[in-house]
Amino acid sequence: MKELSLNILDVTKNSVTAGADTIRITLETSPDGMLVFSLEDNGCGMSEEVVRRVTDPFYTTRTTRKVGMGLPLLKLAAEQTGGYLKIESSTEAGKSGTTLSAAFDTKSIDFMPLGDIVSTICVLISGSPDIRFVFKDITPDGTVFLDTSELKAVLGDGISLGEPEIIAWIRDYLTEQYKERKGNLQK
Amino acid sequence: MKTLAELAAIRERMQNNVIVREGTASTRVVVGMATCGIAAGARPVLSAFVEGVEKAGLLDKVTVTQTGCIGICQYEPVVEVYEEGKEKVTYVKVDAAKAAEIVEKHLKGGSVVTEYTIGAIK
Repeated sequence: MKELSLNILDVTKNSVTAGADTIRITLETSPDGMLVFSLEDNGCGMSEEVVRRVTDPFYTTRTTRKVGMGLPLLKLAAEQTGGYLKIESSTEAGKSGTTLSAAFDTKSIDFMPLGDIVSTICVLISGSPDIRFVFKDITPDGTVFLDTSELKAVLGDGISLGEPEIIAWIRDYLTEQYKERKGNLQK
Repeated sequence: MKTLAELAAIRERMQNNVIVREGTASTRVVVGMATCGIAAGARPVLSAFVEGVEKAGLLDKVTVTQTGCIGICQYEPVVEVYEEGKEKVTYVKVDAAKAAEIVEKHLKGGSVVTEYTIGAIK
């Protein structure tokens, strides 16, 4: 993967497949340059056995396609910067779900740039307009935030978040927030 | 600055159109978005189709959706076009520029861009 935002798109699709109705994507960069990406879903979760093996690229079998290259690639991207990947999961009825966090040292020469995270979020929402996505990108310069439940509240039931006009609005909404934050940085 | 109030205005504008549009799309564009597709560059391809279809005024006719791995990872990004009453067309190794061309020539103009199809490569 050429950009971290592509890894994020890829692994977030696991949460979609797990049947989650709420998915939280958080990026948090600390002043010392450590970036933590966390993904929290309320999907079906994984057994301890599966959690132990999901980062093994050879665990998957082509026929079941239950697990793929997504997590091994994310783990590699994190570890090659001196970071880590942690996965916690529960299959307990009523509180099932998975929380994943990946830490990156953005100062490392092996850190893949975040890239076009706005496109990643737009693609996720257009692919699964009924899932609630909560996205936060927190840095010392400010926070970019989107909660699709707020948009749903405005749009009502009649209009899908996946409509191209709505996706275009979301793209502009996020892009503006990033521009504003960049403005803060320059001040 | 984009505001939620502006979104409400879009809703008012769309409400009538959406009702008319529902169930009328006869063409489906499916972009493979599994690990293989994403790594090969499917994300900008999907964006190009979504934007291209809107710009070409084809929203009533064409829907753009995502799918998992189709099984021909070496040809990703793969895009399939399903048209009512016609055979499925599979485009391979698509990029954003090819996507724009497919929108223009195939989805709008009605003629398959044969040079980008899987048949042309195999």
